[in-house]
Amino acid sequence: MGIRFILMVNKQGQTRLAQYYEYLTLEERRALEGEIVRKCLARNEQQCSFVEHRNYKIVYRRYASLFFLVGVDNEENELAILEFIHLLVETMDRHFGNVCELDIMFHLEKAHFMLEEMVMNGCIVETSKTNILAPIQLMDKAS
Amino acid sequence: MTSSTSNSNNNTLGGPSLMETLFQRTVDDLIKGIRLHNPGSAQSSFISKSLDEIRREIKSTDLATKSIAVNKLTYLHSLHNIDISFAAFHAVELTSSPIFNFKKIGYLAASLSFSPSTDVILLLTNQLRKDLTSANVHDVSLALECISAICTVDIARDLTPDVFNLMTSSKNIVKKKAIACLLKVFSQFPDAVRVCFKRLVENLEKNDDQMLAATVGVFCELCSKEPRAYLPLAPELYRILVECRNNWVLIKVLKIFEKLAKLEPRLAKKVVEPICDVMKRSEAKSLVFECVRTIVSSFYEYEFAVKLAVGKIREFLLESDLNLRYLGLQGLLIVGQHHLWAVLENKEIVIKSLSDVDRNIKVEALRLVMSMVSEDNVVEICRVLIGYALKSDPEFCNEILRSMLLTCSSNVYEIVNDFDWYVSLLGEMSRIPHCQNGEEIEYQLIDIGMRVKDVRPELVRVGRDLLIDPALLGNPFIHRILSAAAWVSGEYVRFSRNPSEIMEALLQPRTNLLPPSIRAVYIHSAFKVLSFCLGTFLLPNKDANSSFSNLVDMDPGFTYSESEQEFTETEHGANSSSLHKKDMFTRESIVNLLTLVITSLSPLADSHDVEIQERVRNLLGLALLAQQEISCHHEQKEKRVDWVDLKTYILIRLVNDALSEEFGPISSSAQDRVPVPDGLVLEENLSKLDSICADVQLPISEKFSLVRPTYLPTDGDSLSSRQNEDESETSAAESTSLLAEHRKRHGLFYLPSDNNKNASTSFPPANDPDHIDKDVEDLVKLTEESLVLKRKPNQARPRPVVVKLDEGDRHPTIAVKKIESNDDLISGAVRDVLLGNEPLSQSNQLGKPSGRKKGKAHAKVDQGSELKDNTENSETGNSGKRRSKHRSHGKEKKHSDSGNNVEGREENGKEKSGGRHGRHKAKQSGGGIDVVDQKQVIPDFLL
Repeated sequence: MGIRFILMVNKQGQTRLAQYYEYLTLEERRALEGEIVRKCLARNEQQCSFVEHRNYKIVYRRYASLFFLVGVDNEENELAILEFIHLLVETMDRHFGNVCELDIMFHLEKAHFMLEEMVMNGCIVETSKTNILAPIQLMDKAS
Repeated sequence: MTSSTSNSNNNTLGGPSLMETLFQRTVDDLIKGIRLHNPGSAQSSFISKSLDEIRREIKSTDLATKSIAVNKLTYLHSLHNIDISFAAFHAVELTSSPIFNFKKIGYLAASLSFSPSTDVILLLTNQLRKDLTSANVHDVSLALECISAICTVDIARDLTPDVFNLMTSSKNIVKKKAIACLLKVFSQFPDAVRVCFKRLVENLEKNDDQMLAATVGVFCELCSKEPRAYLPLAPELYRILVECRNNWVLIKVLKIFEKLAKLEPRLAKKVVEPICDVMKRSEAKSLVFECVRTIVSSFYEYEFAVKLAVGKIREFLLESDLNLRYLGLQGLLIVGQHHLWAVLENKEIVIKSLSDVDRNIKVEALRLVMSMVSEDNVVEICRVLIGYALKSDPEFCNEILRSMLLTCSSNVYEIVNDFDWYVSLLGEMSRIPHCQNGEEIEYQLIDIGMRVKDVRPELVRVGRDLLIDPALLGNPFIHRILSAAAWVSGEYVRFSRNPSEIMEALLQPRTNLLPPSIRAVYIHSAFKVLSFCLGTFLLPNKDANSSFSNLVDMDPGFTYSESEQEFTETEHGANSSSLHKKDMFTRESIVNLLTLVITSLSPLADSHDVEIQERVRNLLGLALLAQQEISCHHEQKEKRVDWVDLKTYILIRLVNDALSEEFGPISSSAQDRVPVPDGLVLEENLSKLDSICADVQLPISEKFSLVRPTYLPTDGDSLSSRQNEDESETSAAESTSLLAEHRKRHGLFYLPSDNNKNASTSFPPANDPDHIDKDVEDLVKLTEESLVLKRKPNQARPRPVVVKLDEGDRHPTIAVKKIESNDDLISGAVRDVLLGNEPLSQSNQLGKPSGRKKGKAHAKVDQGSELKDNTENSETGNSGKRRSKHRSHGKEKKHSDSGNNVEGREENGKEKSGGRHGRHKAKQSGGGIDVVDQKQVIPDFLL
């Protein structure tokens, strides 16, 4: 199903956002996050952005203190996912203005809202920043 | 409802509801609070305190308070993995609020935290329907997003019409989400396909990128499960491939074509050019890589396309960007399956990548290197790899060793020609400090020893080198290897140049570092070495030979096979060298040896480990007896030739005879073939279990215990052994020379023809062609016993017959189908919609529910007929049984069911001859006409 989950994790390994597109129990999530975070955070800048884990492929990218980890199935195009991560960051950047870890922490529901505009059922459905941000801007105006 | 009553209770009790509203912690407060506390117990106690607060707040009648509470829970759930199932109802409550913000919080909580088993999902259906029909597009999109996250069968069934209506919405944002949502709806409720599929397809024909992205995404996912159903969509997809300039869409379309092209060569021919065009034209690496991957995995027959793709791969490999290099290696790995030249062309880069900084790249490179290995270059590649292993970090070093061991041993050491080299390679591997593959090396050392006769002298040499190195004993990772080395040195001690050296190695003081189980192996090997030494000393050579024949006379069950005799002949060299050895063993050296044994083992006679204790005592018993007699003889010098009178002499002769029996390789299913001894009455002891394991026991007793006497070889064996006997009588010389030649060429030790006496327990070797007959028999048994437990060991053995009977190659989705019958239903429905309206109108007449039932019936028929195919050859009664099973599903289906059954078989027949158009079984609702219809329809759709 394309994207299986999206995680944002800081340097200390604390999860800052977790979105799953398939149902996992809390224990499974905890275990999975732990393993993946350990694996990916141990890697350095000179290593490539793809990690195989169980039956997932993890595509990740680091922005400042935050790691964006996307778990995809083996069919997915890794480079496209890297582009997707970058798009996500740019979108958040446009909305929050110089986005940082705290923005995501304190506006978790907004981050989820953006993600919902971009991805449904693990499929990327929207790639235009303007389209993604339109509803959320409308909402901000209303409140 | 419940919450409001409990809340009013709170109020009447003077609960703190107002205070809570005023001083409620916001989400920000919660987050700050969590940040203030150190991770660990402080934080978790803060969280549990907050949870208590939230539990109270959530019962508030004030929706603002409730929404904050739910929002906090969502935060805790998604980032701290707190179970918030208790709040499910409150989330549902929030979704019904007219205020968008509360609704949003409610839906977010629902989509993130609801599981398929959350019971209040039922309550959500109505609200979802209301929001789907709302005039506010944002309400609608919230509802659609929620459906795509937590859709259940009920929701899908109830809301399909609403989602269907939204697919024609004038608002793009709604329309797009309705399309994306369909994937989930289909997977839960396959009949939705009949309703929505046409509108979905229509979206492929429009030029709106937004819709196209969503639609293609859905098709890409659908296709990955059952591609064949979507072949008729090829023209639309082709148009997108040629016209669309959106990379996201193109990538998905390429993925679809990758699946479809495998099924339809004509389609592949048509699309290979446009794909190459995209690859040449595109600037985007992601798209280029997708083209490369598509071509190398599905279009590998088109030389020019592959050449182009390999060129792109090479560009990737030469990039400085690690990601591209990694993907380049991956691409190369896929090409390599069909075009090894592409890998060889890039050999230098691959080898260089072995020392890359990134482990992932190294692993890919290693896989590639392994894919290049062949008989001709295995020696060279292994030499290079050992070099890299020595340089690498422990983890990767072991990765290298593991893949070398795996590759070299695959298919009974198929690619190894020079076993002397391979055995010394194993020895070399063992000495690599990080080596943690002890278990595998142990297995291979022993396995090769048993399978390959010619290598035994070298094996003993390698074993000796390992044993005498005291430093190795300190490394627990190679204890297993040492155990193998000890066993080999004991078992094949006759090839050793200096047995007493091995004895010293086996008894060296540092062996106390070994775990007891391995020490026991050491001691037993010492026993073998000692009896060999005593044997060479006491028994004159010709006597040793005659002792073989003596044995033959003694045991009527044993007739020495020609191989055994030949063995002794071929080993005459070795024996003649042991003649020299006899000269080497003076009385003095034997006495020294005995003293060594006795002094080093006496302390162990009281070991707490029974294995060690028992073996030590065996060995000491022999050694003490020998010492007594030999040194006693020493005094009466004149009688020195009369060894024959000694007890030791008789004992050693017997022991050596016992030890001279060969071990052979054992098949993984050997246990199943051990005949049950006559005296053993299985039924009596286990009579109470009869009712439970009737299926298991009956065949066993039929096949094994009664029919076959204990030591008689099984059918296949007896046949071959009889042949062998005949041969040995009539044309013994010829066959011997043939065998010898054959062995010279392959260096392999074929058990069945050689060793029918040693293998009197009829253990077959791993790869025994003679056992094909047996395999058929096994297959029959397999169908008799539908017990999974019994099946497993049988399948572990290579069984060509099964592979032939298995329809897997023609039905690639059997496995998937059995697990996810829904996919089958979806594709069935898709076919109905796509291929002519007849089935569709029929199912419309019948109405939805019956349509669904029919789907089920298809699935069952499908499975049934496949199972039957598997067993047809062996058992005809089966199908009857199965059919009756079908019948029990319902009277009204009985008729069509059996009809379909017959048809299914007919179609199978057609498939076998007709080839690729075959797989239409799932679409049998219309009867035989459809099959004809379809065959015409598909080509028409193909451009």
